[in-house]
Amino acid sequence: MGWFKRLKEGIQTATKYKKEAPDGLWYKCKRCSELSTSKEVKANFHKCPKCNYHIRIGSAEYFDLLFGEDYEELFGNLISKDVLEFSDLKPYKERLAQQHQKTGLLDAIRVAKGKIEEHSIVVCCMDFTFIGGSMGAVVGEKISKAIDHCLETHTPLLIISKSGGARMMEAAFSLMQMAKTSAKLTLMARAGIPYFSLMTDPTTGGVTASYAMLGDLNFAEPEALIGFAGPRVIKETIKRDLPEGFQTSEFLLEHGFLDFIVDRKDLRKRLADLLIMFSNAKAGS
Amino acid sequence: MYSPFSILTKRIIKNSEKIFGLAGGGAGECYLCGSTTLNKAVFRNGPINGTMVFLDFEKPLESLYEQLEKIKQVGEEGDLDVTVMVEELEEKIRRKREEIYNNLTAWQRVQLSRHPERPYTLFYIEQMCDRFVELFGDRHYGDDKAIVGGLATFEGQTIVIMGHQKGTNTKTRQYRNFGMANPEGYRKALRLMKLAERFGFPVVTLIDTPGAYPGIEAEERGQAEAIARNLFEMAQLKVPIVCVVIGEGASGGAIGIGLGDKVYMLENTWYSVISPESCSSILWRSWDYKEKAAEALKLTARDMLSFGLIDGIIKEPLGGAHSDPEAMAEILKNHIVKTLGTLTPIPADELVMNRINKYSSMGVYDTVPEDEEVEEESA
Ligand SMILES: [Zn+2]
Repeated sequence: MGWFKRLKEGIQTATKYKKEAPDGLWYKCKRCSELSTSKEVKANFHKCPKCNYHIRIGSAEYFDLLFGEDYEELFGNLISKDVLEFSDLKPYKERLAQQHQKTGLLDAIRVAKGKIEEHSIVVCCMDFTFIGGSMGAVVGEKISKAIDHCLETHTPLLIISKSGGARMMEAAFSLMQMAKTSAKLTLMARAGIPYFSLMTDPTTGGVTASYAMLGDLNFAEPEALIGFAGPRVIKETIKRDLPEGFQTSEFLLEHGFLDFIVDRKDLRKRLADLLIMFSNAKAGS
Repeated sequence: MYSPFSILTKRIIKNSEKIFGLAGGGAGECYLCGSTTLNKAVFRNGPINGTMVFLDFEKPLESLYEQLEKIKQVGEEGDLDVTVMVEELEEKIRRKREEIYNNLTAWQRVQLSRHPERPYTLFYIEQMCDRFVELFGDRHYGDDKAIVGGLATFEGQTIVIMGHQKGTNTKTRQYRNFGMANPEGYRKALRLMKLAERFGFPVVTLIDTPGAYPGIEAEERGQAEAIARNLFEMAQLKVPIVCVVIGEGASGGAIGIGLGDKVYMLENTWYSVISPESCSSILWRSWDYKEKAAEALKLTARDMLSFGLIDGIIKEPLGGAHSDPEAMAEILKNHIVKTLGTLTPIPADELVMNRINKYSSMGVYDTVPEDEEVEEESA
C-alpha cells in the first residue's frame, strides 16, 4: 500500500474513531474543568456543554459540521518540500514526517467543495495540529488553487483560519505566501465572487495580516485569540500586563475589525443565509 | 489671549528642538507647513562622535586604522617622511577590508544591515531626488514617524517615494520608534500609493524595519488589517511599484510596503519571515543561536535571489553602504532609474497581471500520487 494511501486511511481512521467513541470517553473542559462525554460534546458542535467553550477542532470536524459526509476534497495531494534544508533542533524533513504520522494530515490546510442548502461553496480549513497551523508554501498554494477553482466555477469561498502564523522553517517562502494569497484574492474581488473569512482560535501573525483580514466579510468564533503579534511578544515589548480580553474576538468586534461573531452551532445557518443573499450579486460584470 | 494655534506651535517647536537638537543648523521637518528641509546635518548618519564604528568582525581594521592615525601624527610632528608608510598601510587596509567583505557570513550581513551609520530612507531621498515634499498622516488616526513618504522629482519625473525611517541618535531613534511602524504608518503608505495611482506616478518603497510594532494600540487599531490591506491594494495598484530592501526586511512589517513589480535587496541586507534572534528564541528556545538561525533562514540577498523571491541584488561600496553613503545613493538611483524605465511603458492591466502572476508562482512544494482519486474515477 502506498504511503499516501496509508496517510489518507489514517485520517479516516481518526474520524471513525471519534464517531464511534463510546459514551464512556470523557472530555474535561479546558476552561471550566467540567466533565462531559465525547458524545455530548460532539452533539453540542464540539463546544463545552457546560460553558460553551469552543474546543479547537480540525478540518475533518468543520467539513463534517458544514457538509456531513457529502463533500469532495480538492488538491489533497500537495505536500511540503524542505527547499531550504532547514534545521533547528530537528531537521524540518524529520519534523514533517513526524507530523504526517502524528496527525494523518499532509499539511496545515485542507480544501473541500460541498453544498450548504443547495448552494455550492469551497472551504479551505486550517489544521492547528499540523505545526501550529503554520502557513508555508502548501497552505499558500492550496488557497491559490482553491481561488482558481472558485473563479472557474463561480463558487463562493470560505477560509477557516486557525494558525500561529508563518512557518519559520520555510522562512521567506512562508512570508511570500502573504503576498501570494492577498494578490490572488484581488481576482475574487474583481470577479465579484464573495470571500468569507472565519477566524477561529487562534489566528495570529502572517495569516491574520493577509487572507484572514481580507474577507468581503470577516467573522470569528466567540473568544478566539486573533491578532498580529502574539500576546507574549507584546508583553515582552511593552513590559506591562495586557488588558483583560485583549485580542479576543469580542475585542476585535469592539474595535471594528469583525462583521460579527458567530457561535459554532449557528455557523451553517449563517453561511446558508449569506450564500442565498450573495447569490443575487451582480458585481464583477 | 489664548490661541490654540500658538500653543500648538510652541509645543511643536519645543518638540522638534527636543528631537533634532537644533544645534546642527536647523530642523529637518516643519510640522506646520508639512514641508521638509532636507538637511545633511539632520539626516546624514555621520561618524558618531567623530569616530568610526567598527563591528566585531571589523576589529582587524580598527587596529590598522589606529596605526594609520599614529603614523600620520608622527608625520605631522617631526621631519620624518611617512608618505610611503601611510600608502602601504592604506593599501593594507584596503586588502583587509576586501578579505573581510568577500567572506561575510549571514549573521555579519545582518549586523551590517543594522550598522548605526547605515544610510536610511530620508538620506536616500535627499540624495536621489531633486524635489521632495513630505506628506504626513493616514487621514484616519495620525501620522506615523516610522514610515515617511511623499512626492518627489526623480530624474525629471514625479514619483511617490516612501520607506521605513530609523533615527540616528538616541532621541530620534525613539522618535522613529526604531523603524517599527504602527497601523497608521501602513495606512499612510497606502494613502500615498493611491495618490500615486490617481495621478499615474510610479511608486518607490525603501524597506528597513526590524518588524511592525507589537503594541497594545497597534493591535487595537488593526496592525494585521493594515498590512493585509496594503498587500491587497499593492497587488492591484495600476502604477509601477519598485521596492528595495535597504537594511532590515523583517516579516510582515517589511512586506507591508514591499509588494512590487520589482523587488531588490542591497548587498548587505536581510529579508525573512522573522529576525534571527526571535527565530533562535522560538526554535532553539534560547537567544544564543542567532548566528545559526541567520544561516538556517537563508535570509541574505544572494539566497533570496537564488530562490527567485527577489529580482536582483544592488551592490554596495566596499565596506558596506555606510562606508560611502553618497556612492551608495548614486548606485541605488541608477538602478531605480533603469528599472522604472522598463516598467513605465507596460500598460497598467498587463503590469498588474504580471505582478499577480509573479507572486502566484512563489512557493515550492511536492505532490504525492492521488491513487484513491484515480480509483474512484475508474470505478
Ligand atoms: Zn466548559
